[in-house]
Amino acid sequence: MESRATRLALTVWSALVVLFLWIPLALIMVYAFNKSNVEGWPISGFTTHWFHAAWTSEVRTSLWLSVRVGLIATGLALVLGSMAAFGVARFRFFGREAVSFLLVLPIALPGIVTGIALNSAFVAGNINLSTWTIVTGHATFCVVVVYNNVLARLRRSSPSLIEASQDLGADGWQTFRFIVWPVLSTALVAGGLLAFALSFDEVIVTTFTAGAQNTLPLLILGYIRLGQQLPVVNVIAFAMILLTSIPVLLAQRLTRDTGVLRPGAAEVTEAVETAQATAY
Amino acid sequence: MRTARVRFTGFFWRHRWAKALLLLAPPLLAFALVYLASLVALFLSSFWTVDPFTSEIRHAWNIDNYRQLWQGGAYHSIAFRTIGIAAAVTVADAILAFPLGYFMARIAGGRSRAFAFVAVLLPLWSSYLIRVYIWRLILDHNGVLNWTLQKIGLPAANIGYTNWAVWLIFTYIWLPFMILPVYGALERVPDSFLEASRDLGAGGWTTFRRVLLPLTLPGVIAGSIFTFSLTLGDYITPLLAGGASSQFIGNVVYDNINNQLTPFAAAFAAVPLAVMGVYLLIARRLGAFEAL
Repeated sequence: MESRATRLALTVWSALVVLFLWIPLALIMVYAFNKSNVEGWPISGFTTHWFHAAWTSEVRTSLWLSVRVGLIATGLALVLGSMAAFGVARFRFFGREAVSFLLVLPIALPGIVTGIALNSAFVAGNINLSTWTIVTGHATFCVVVVYNNVLARLRRSSPSLIEASQDLGADGWQTFRFIVWPVLSTALVAGGLLAFALSFDEVIVTTFTAGAQNTLPLLILGYIRLGQQLPVVNVIAFAMILLTSIPVLLAQRLTRDTGVLRPGAAEVTEAVETAQATAY
Repeated sequence: MRTARVRFTGFFWRHRWAKALLLLAPPLLAFALVYLASLVALFLSSFWTVDPFTSEIRHAWNIDNYRQLWQGGAYHSIAFRTIGIAAAVTVADAILAFPLGYFMARIAGGRSRAFAFVAVLLPLWSSYLIRVYIWRLILDHNGVLNWTLQKIGLPAANIGYTNWAVWLIFTYIWLPFMILPVYGALERVPDSFLEASRDLGAGGWTTFRRVLLPLTLPGVIAGSIFTFSLTLGDYITPLLAGGASSQFIGNVVYDNINNQLTPFAAAFAAVPLAVMGVYLLIARRLGAFEAL
């Protein structure tokens, strides 16, 4: 339908944008093997030395903190997010639309707002900043990821499945075990993976809720700001890019039908759908 | 045991409100107590002041913080810089994303579309800090950019640690957030609409302007909510990759929080909040938002 020139131009443009997205990631992979600890280009030689040197106790401590925080925040988000999704998907009540709006606020509002709001609340309540304050901050914005995933899945599955199960004599547990869980499990896994990825990478809210402890991103932030340990940062970058690609690819496989991989995607898709439905 | 379970299920079947309450109360209460209460407290604290001698917060209601913001020229330029760069990032992302979204939705075959998807999603989920950091290395005086320019015989571009760098990096980091909704919107435009436009004698440009763009504008606006809001609320990229005159609202807020000047920080943080509020209202008007 488009002229050949248009198609060609669009293809070339798309290739350039993908290159723009990927060249930096490829470069950091190369920097991880830089022999010198001065980060100029081209790199001065090839070494795997830094991979060994990066495994310091400081890195291990903050990695472990990040993992712990990510797991707890994800757990909380899974429970709270799916409860809210069930409530919204299966019941009609006053203010139902407001729930989605409310839950998406922590990622729709500028990050510093969430950060300083929690910070000043903790200070006002005399709560010492600790692992638990970091978890609280992270759970706040992770809930919506799970919520969106589960809600999208529930909207695509018919509630009559549950009614049928009950009519056939199944009790609550059996209905959950044989009907609800198989429908939801992949959405939960995908939502959980993404919540964890979001938590594992978060900087802005964390800077306001972490106190003296360093999550891995906070440690990296400190290194970059002071220009210290840059070879270590390169190696962490290398490892992180490889590691994050696993859950992303996995989550995409699990949600291929709903495509709810991106934060806010459910609302966006919905918004677009409604807008178009009104347009036609 | 089984009868008890059945009775339990039966109770919730007959009293659906009880089930709804049981499901919704814990997440919403937790959310309201932790998040909304903090937001409200923050907003209220912006009307308080800090005693300069004891650095205790004085709970006397006044609008001194806002007055200080209104009168301070430096704060104006910081606010305008933040909003201006956020707008420039949004425009750049829309220009980069639209053709790619079109390619993914209408030109690419199954395999290259899947490839493009992964190519967009992986950068989106890889570490934010790492992506800022790598651009610092690229734009550095001895970085890849200047090396490449020198190889092809062009003068060095020293945009490292300037507002240009901040703009470029934000554009890079938030680009996937624009591509995905734009792609979603483009995918939903039926081919027949474009064919009809063509049959009625419209050229490519007219079809784009009169048919394609109006239909996909909600997608672009949905994407722009992310690119705009995320840039407005950020302070890490200006901190790491900006120069002396790249301060964002977030940087001032962060410094004030560190100096125990929470009320002033809260007042300044209300600026991006208000801007986002207005932006969301406009987005809603333009139809990007009905479902929220």
